[in-house]
Amino acid sequence: MPRPGLSLLMPLVLMAFAAVLGWAFWLALTGQDGERLAGIALAQVPLSGVSNPVTAVLLNYRAYDTLLELGVLLSALLGIWSLGPAPPGFAPAALVFRGLVVLVVPALILVGGYMLWVGAHAPGGAFQGGALLAAAGVMLALSGRERAGLPAEAGLRVVVSLGVVVFVLVGLGLMLVGSGFLHYPLGIAKWLILAIETAATLAIGATLAAAYLGGLPRSRPRATRRS
Amino acid sequence: MTTQLIYGGAGILLFVIGLGSVLTRPGLWRRLIAINVMGSGVFQILVAVAYRGTAVPPDPVPHALVLTGIVVAVSATALALAFGQRLEDEDD
Repeated sequence: MPRPGLSLLMPLVLMAFAAVLGWAFWLALTGQDGERLAGIALAQVPLSGVSNPVTAVLLNYRAYDTLLELGVLLSALLGIWSLGPAPPGFAPAALVFRGLVVLVVPALILVGGYMLWVGAHAPGGAFQGGALLAAAGVMLALSGRERAGLPAEAGLRVVVSLGVVVFVLVGLGLMLVGSGFLHYPLGIAKWLILAIETAATLAIGATLAAAYLGGLPRSRPRATRRS
Repeated sequence: MTTQLIYGGAGILLFVIGLGSVLTRPGLWRRLIAINVMGSGVFQILVAVAYRGTAVPPDPVPHALVLTGIVVAVSATALALAFGQRLEDEDD
């Protein structure tokens, strides 16, 4: 419990902090005359292999960040798995929810694939697609499937590490042909980005769904039972 | 400019509300939610910084930062939830 003196002091300190932040934000908006990254980033988009500037930043200019981010995702999942098996799942869904799951899950997978493809030239991409796949997994878990539609453990380990593995393989392959780690040659940049994003979508979807389960999926699923 | 100030100012407000909750309130779950509120505030500020009016496209670099940040925040929250759950199980 906060002490009486603290409860009076805290709002004042926070207000002062907010004022400093607001002042800094105001300066950031008004005080700039130097060149911003936006101009450079947008000018280079035609050379990046995709036409959506956000995807160009994520998968081309700052591909290294995205690789490490997939690493963060994977290590968070490994941390969760290190705590032991997942808690028992939810009860099997009742009729209405089961009907909804049957309708919504295929739609989510379809829209996830669309998001992946559309990311090259419009808002979308691996993270959005992966989040939709994960949502499909969460719905399956809520409807009583203990593995949330994920493959058995050996396969699951492959899928969740797919993003990092493909990313690193593409980077190393590019080094072998002499163009530097993740420096895509102009002609095949689009296809390399698409390959990485496809792997990343699957890995993100599987990782988030597995993280939702909160532990290693139980190894002996009642798989033969029809929902 | 006004749009940016309102949106970014609301982000600063969210950040400070979350910070106050993290510093003064007891309870792991409440703090975890408060940290996520702080994160949402930061994302909102970044989106406001990226806005350059309706005529030109927004700055893609802060947008990419926000996307990266969301994924990191989600995975950190999931890990913290799993740790917290385990702690509660140990206490029982």
